[in-house]
Amino acid sequence: MRAAFARRWSDLLVLAERRLPALTRLKRPETLPAILNRHRIYVLPTRFGLVFSLMLLVMMIGALNYNNNPAVLLTCLLGAAAYQSVFQAFAAINGLELHALKAQPCSAGDTLQLSIIFHSGASARRGLRLRREKALAGDAEIVFDTGANETKAIKAELPTLRRGWQPVGRIRVFSEYPFGLFQVWSWLNPDFQALVYPRAEAHAPPLPQAGGEAQTRIQHSAGDDLATLRDYRPSDPRRHIAWKASARHNTLLVKEFEQQRGHETVLDWYALDGLDYEARIARIAAWVGRAEAAQTPYLIVLPHTRIGPALGAEHRHVCLRELALMPEVAT
Amino acid sequence: MSGSRAPTLNARQFSLVCASVLAAVLPHMSWLPLWLTALMLALLAGRWLQRQRDTRRIPTWIRLPLVVLFPLLVIVHYGNIFGREPGAALACAMIVLKLLETETRRDARAAVCFASFVLMSALLFNTDLSLTLLLLGALALLLATLRALDPRPADAPIAAWRPALLQELRAGAFALLAAMPLALCAFVFFPRLDAPLWRTPGDDIGRTGVGDSMAPGSIQQLLIDDSPAFRVGFDAAPPPRAQLYWRGPVLTDFDGTTWKRRDAGVARPNPDPGGATTTRYEVTLEPTDKPWLFALDLPLDAPADALRGNDMTLMRRRPVNELLRYRASSILHYRFGAKLNAAQRNAALALPDGFDPRSVELAQGWRRDLGNDDAIVRAALDLFHNAFFYTLSPPPLGRDSIDDFLISTRRGFCEHYAAAFVFLMRAAGIPARVVTGYLGGYFNAVGDYLIVRQSDAHAWAEIWLDGKGWTRIDPTASVSPQRIELGARAAAAGAGARWYQSDWIVGVRNQFDLINRGWNSIVVQFNALRQQSLLTPFGVDKADYATLIWALIGSSSVLLCLIALWVMRQPRRRLDPLDAAYDMLCRKLARAGAVRAPAEGPRDYAARAARHGSAQALLSDYVSLRYASAFPSGEAIAAFARAVRRMPAPRI
Repeated sequence: MRAAFARRWSDLLVLAERRLPALTRLKRPETLPAILNRHRIYVLPTRFGLVFSLMLLVMMIGALNYNNNPAVLLTCLLGAAAYQSVFQAFAAINGLELHALKAQPCSAGDTLQLSIIFHSGASARRGLRLRREKALAGDAEIVFDTGANETKAIKAELPTLRRGWQPVGRIRVFSEYPFGLFQVWSWLNPDFQALVYPRAEAHAPPLPQAGGEAQTRIQHSAGDDLATLRDYRPSDPRRHIAWKASARHNTLLVKEFEQQRGHETVLDWYALDGLDYEARIARIAAWVGRAEAAQTPYLIVLPHTRIGPALGAEHRHVCLRELALMPEVAT
Repeated sequence: MSGSRAPTLNARQFSLVCASVLAAVLPHMSWLPLWLTALMLALLAGRWLQRQRDTRRIPTWIRLPLVVLFPLLVIVHYGNIFGREPGAALACAMIVLKLLETETRRDARAAVCFASFVLMSALLFNTDLSLTLLLLGALALLLATLRALDPRPADAPIAAWRPALLQELRAGAFALLAAMPLALCAFVFFPRLDAPLWRTPGDDIGRTGVGDSMAPGSIQQLLIDDSPAFRVGFDAAPPPRAQLYWRGPVLTDFDGTTWKRRDAGVARPNPDPGGATTTRYEVTLEPTDKPWLFALDLPLDAPADALRGNDMTLMRRRPVNELLRYRASSILHYRFGAKLNAAQRNAALALPDGFDPRSVELAQGWRRDLGNDDAIVRAALDLFHNAFFYTLSPPPLGRDSIDDFLISTRRGFCEHYAAAFVFLMRAAGIPARVVTGYLGGYFNAVGDYLIVRQSDAHAWAEIWLDGKGWTRIDPTASVSPQRIELGARAAAAGAGARWYQSDWIVGVRNQFDLINRGWNSIVVQFNALRQQSLLTPFGVDKADYATLIWALIGSSSVLLCLIALWVMRQPRRRLDPLDAAYDMLCRKLARAGAVRAPAEGPRDYAARAARHGSAQALLSDYVSLRYASAFPSGEAIAAFARAVRRMPAPRI
């Protein structure tokens, strides 16, 4: 019964979105900053608001029945105050600006630390609340205040499941300020995706030894010392293009490095023949972590690129990012 | 609406909810039975202390018996559960019980919602301005509580409770203040009912007032009650104070302790005016829950919707349950009841068997010795004048109350004198009866009206004399002439007046009554009839429901639109001063024909606009200001803006 009703309801929503573009407009991601204004703020009474108005009605009928004018006056006053709170609620989110979102990448399966940055505009605001559209279990709503002209970073957590770009999804900004009688809300669908690194293999074998068979494949590829320049081939990484030299020669030239053998660890995609696609990514991700921990310079070799050798947070980020953005393969 | 586990209230929120509930039941405490008040206060305080200490729930085995017990106690006390008083008492009890299970925000909101209902129901018992103002303050507290229940950030700094509370209260009061215009619109135009949808069964609240019976001490209760009984506006100058006898029920039957009214049929409309001038006035009677109306002795005719009994008592067909306004006219010098039939005569001579033998003996002695009626009356008044003492705190009387009073105590006030006098007259064979009502009143010169308070209650005697008819005799006057001239309190002043009865306080109170009267006449008495004539200035003779509803919708829409416009006004985006100056420059150049393309940078634009000499220099200034440094100095920007303003409009 309930499930049928929910399905009917979602069908209705789909229909509404098709028929009423004004409602669907915000389904598309929008560029930031986004300012909430009256075109996108919705208001409905809460359940408490309905109960309260029912009670006001009862009081009004009682007061009228006894022609008790002080009671009529006070009931009108309470009713007017209750009704006008809708304006306060509206003002609570009108003009709020979603400035930017920031996220520190994390591994799939971990919780993404999201920073949602609001700018309050000219007025202080109270009792603002946030909730993601498809709230997962434990994904609680966040309550926050802002001062006048304050830029406030709201810390939120986003559970992650898989590597790659993770959309934040629609965020519902709402408020029941001041009396809880009305809920005003607006949907924010920021054009923002957080990077999620691949999940590292839990019990990965130790790092491969430096050198070994993999090096035969990369004898001329990368290293510290610049050896020669050669013509560009489509598979060359862009970083290796010698832009200045190319400008002088009218063709693209690529820097060829002398490989310093034996110094760095090579994390080679093709050396992991026995594993399936995602397992290789997980293995290399784990090794990147190990190599960073051991302070060993490392080079990763992927089907479409090779990165390194190098060491440090930036290199790690580039490597993990490449791994995270490996195309999905249906196996 | 929120997550599966509703958030529980913090200690401060819970205290505010407790305060709201207390504020809701407080106005009821003046009439609630003492045991219920005590029980509720104890429960409230206990629950508050418990919740401050820990947040454990009250187990059901405590709550459930209480929920059953309270209605039972109310039923036992009142005999039923319906009606104004038991209903309100039950509501008070329930709102306090609700606190026992109030843990979450949802509970608290329900409690506040119900509290506002309980609060309003206090107005069923009293519609004073002071109570209404008190309730207004309580409403601000309720709104403040609702506001404090709105969720707060988890990391919000905890402010000191006093400023936090003040802030909430201020917000609540402001919400009420801002709601005034809309509320007034609704108040004025919300259609009133011509007739109630239902009637209250048994509104037997113990309102004080002069009634249709008089037992020893019944008026004494009134003499210390300063609440207004009625207010009178005279068409012409008010009569002198000593003639302001406000006639109420006439009491004929006496059973030895209590005087009671006897139904005497309805009088002919017109007594003989006797050439006296007629006094016309309008009375605004406070609710009494009794049918009696009061008019100056002697009313010429019954007001609309009322009857005039054969004993010249005015009465309404149903009790006065709300403020009632009526017009009346009286003659102060009159003669009525020239003929007395046998039944009337017997009733006015009847004495209870076996009571007060010595008083009977005394009166019969007078009859024997003096013979004529006038002499007997004078003898009785002389007796009071010489040997009796006026006091509001007389000694108690025994079974033979008249005997005790006449022979031993000799102290008392109007009720004693009237009763004793009538008794003596009857014993001497003169038909006599007691008249109750009010005497005098305070004339408010500012408001040009007379206020009569319960403390002005009075009782006097009426005797039937052959040839004169019913004649008013006020035996109290011969004991204490001040009672007639100054009022009961002044008459008793020698016997220990309290500090709060001093003159200036009485004066202030009497002036405050002016405001009360305004409140009564403007707000409390507003009704369907006056509402209908509301729109007369706008050309609507008699506003019906549809007109009123349109007026309500129209006026409140205008108000709401104004508020909405004010709230939704878009704050004007303040442009960066450099951008503003650049915009102005572009506009000026555009007027000269060089319109900047949307994607055109200032350098390309400058190249196109080159023929306007000064424009090129300004554009390159802009480039250096905008792009050369991250934070261009304010003076440089101002100088640029000035240069742009001064640039002559290029010729086309």
